[in-house]
Amino acid sequence: MFADFDFAVVIKSLPFLWEGMQLTLLLTILAIGGGLILGTILALCRLSPYKLLSFAAGSYVNFFRSMPLILVIFWFYFLVPLIVGRPVGGFYSVLVAFVMFEAAYYCEIMRAGIQSIRKSQVHAGQALGLTYQQNMRYIVLPQAFRNMIPILLTQAIVLFQDTSLVYVVGLHDFLVNAEIIANRDNRLIEMFTTVAIIYFVLCLSASLSVGALQRKYAK
Amino acid sequence: MKKILGLAAGVLALVAVNSAGAGEVDNSPVLKRIAERGVINMGHRESSVPFAFIGDDGKPQGYSVDLCFKIIDEIKKVTNKPDLKINFVPVTSQTRIALMANGTIDLECGSTTNNLTRQKQVDYLPVTFITGTKLASKKGSGINEIEDLDGKVIALSLGTTNEKAIKRVAKEKGLNIKYVMVKDHPQGWLALSSGRADAYASDHVLLFGLISKSKNPGDFQVTGRFLSYDPYGIMVPQNDSIYRRLGTVVLADLMRSGEINKIYNKWFNPGPSNINMPVSDTLGVAFEIQALPH
Amino acid sequence: MNYNWNWPVLITDPYFGWIVSGLGWTIAVASASWVIAFFLGSLIGIMRTTENRILLGIGTVYVEIFRNVPLLVQMFLWYFVFPELLPESAGNWVKRGIPLPEFWTAVVCLGTYTASRVAEQVRAGITSVSIGQRYAAKAMGLKPFQVYRYVLLPVGYRLIIPPMTSEFLGIFKNSSLALTIGVLELTAQTRQIEEYTFQGFEAFTTATVLYILVTFIVMTIMQIVEKRVAIPGMVSLRAK
Repeated sequence: MFADFDFAVVIKSLPFLWEGMQLTLLLTILAIGGGLILGTILALCRLSPYKLLSFAAGSYVNFFRSMPLILVIFWFYFLVPLIVGRPVGGFYSVLVAFVMFEAAYYCEIMRAGIQSIRKSQVHAGQALGLTYQQNMRYIVLPQAFRNMIPILLTQAIVLFQDTSLVYVVGLHDFLVNAEIIANRDNRLIEMFTTVAIIYFVLCLSASLSVGALQRKYAK
Repeated sequence: MKKILGLAAGVLALVAVNSAGAGEVDNSPVLKRIAERGVINMGHRESSVPFAFIGDDGKPQGYSVDLCFKIIDEIKKVTNKPDLKINFVPVTSQTRIALMANGTIDLECGSTTNNLTRQKQVDYLPVTFITGTKLASKKGSGINEIEDLDGKVIALSLGTTNEKAIKRVAKEKGLNIKYVMVKDHPQGWLALSSGRADAYASDHVLLFGLISKSKNPGDFQVTGRFLSYDPYGIMVPQNDSIYRRLGTVVLADLMRSGEINKIYNKWFNPGPSNINMPVSDTLGVAFEIQALPH
Repeated sequence: MNYNWNWPVLITDPYFGWIVSGLGWTIAVASASWVIAFFLGSLIGIMRTTENRILLGIGTVYVEIFRNVPLLVQMFLWYFVFPELLPESAGNWVKRGIPLPEFWTAVVCLGTYTASRVAEQVRAGITSVSIGQRYAAKAMGLKPFQVYRYVLLPVGYRLIIPPMTSEFLGIFKNSSLALTIGVLELTAQTRQIEEYTFQGFEAFTTATVLYILVTFIVMTIMQIVEKRVAIPGMVSLRAK
């Protein structure tokens, strides 16, 4: 089965794969950025003393966590045109879907991070006269981020791999392009093995560099 | 005086032609939205060789795509927009209906079977290809007809008309066949070639396509009688008879003039992947019957 | 919208039966995979927090391999490539001999993949227990096993209940990828219905509602659990 591994197909498709990789990277970066910001805000809302706020944030998170991402993308893509009355570009549709979906997960991660900070630290901050915002900004959140770096990274890697779901809206990321070639040329084994290796190398380098970064800042 | 009259008549005629065109466009929701946006959204499959697939230049091409281009040429004329932009929207078997229903795509060019259930949701242009379910197996496996599969394993693509056909025949004949479900045609092929299944059932044209693209085309065969009838057609949105008629006219003209045979041969005889399928007798007759006069 | 709604199609024969059986397979794949993911993941996660270099190394390699390749690709590799790497008779047995080959392949794939994520959660839970507690436990003369059993794990697992709930919901939702190797679970069945009837919106709405329903039940249970086992003194959900 591997004796007649067809490298030519892989080589020929590299430019097409690279095109897909660019979309994968762009979407990953935008969705992590947007998701992290929205997610942290949601986490603070969830932990806030105002019942209404924490209930709203909680419902948001539960709703999105209960939907498979592919269905979120599907509904965004098909319902938004009906609401606004014209087709919406696939890219903006998936970007919004990704950010809103990822925010629910980042919220839970940040919540776990914040909860892992002992109460005495918050009290110490209060004793120093810090306001709630200052306490969060200078004491709780930085530590929460640091504790949760490994999980934030895992989530980022998942997102990087999940961008393939954009096939639903007809966009082409790395994996989608690889599958198109694989199906068109009937060379599944070659393309999937190549893809596995490329993903592995990229994600491993990301995870190693985050590890190094973490060791640098861990105290 | 004659000259002036002639000119006036000419102007009148021109106005008449134009207003007829404009009226046609105004009364067709799809043509109207295409004209307003200056863009036609063409849905297409991506790896349905040789009907609609992504070429090395990243653009869709194929038999159905070429036919759609002919229709789009006519739309340009009718809407008076020679520089109408074509926006390619890739679709899958899961998204094609939803995208047509919510107005994202204006026509679908792929390899979609026209059947009566589906006509509840979409309309079809005339039949442009005819195929049906057959079996692919390894040469020398002794599998020639579905009856030979009693006690053996067959791979089927999820949700296809082929799946329905095979299960129906197996039930009628009381055959004990084990099914391996696969996601798409290439995985069905892999199930067959890696020995997970003894046969793979699909539209016979797709089986020939898979064989022509496999590493050892000589090892496989397409066998048996047709187990289903699958006429392919281009899908268009429902409730727009003016738009549908435009497509019908274009295809009827191609069939009457014989030009469709040229387009067909470009993709099938022998075709870029060497599929080597001349126009079948049934398809030839279908072309003749559908070549309606003006 | 140019669409003919037909909700009753969902309760007509055979489509209703398909949905029920699809939901059944989804639950079967998810629960069986979770057993693998939880135990294997906990083991790997604990290995990554020990001071033994070999255990640490094995744990790290495992996590890096399984989380760095997309699940969809892993599914494909387990199903189509793994049997080819085995000796021929074993390969044939995996392909044809075992009952429900696609089900077990999906379970092993999803279980081993999620284990790498569970391992990261467990590790994060253990390391976020302050190092002082580990030292205190050691100073009390507890053996390494006892340090984990009585100090680190009870605290660590409580801290990671919210993300672990996410992982459980994740395995449930990811089980839909089993359809790529032919397991007829919920998503596959709704796609079947859409292909047969062209009533896609009805079918996908059903899938969405069922997913939300099941996860809602799981989340409610987990929130009760989380409240019951909360440790006083940690910043908690409804503090103040």
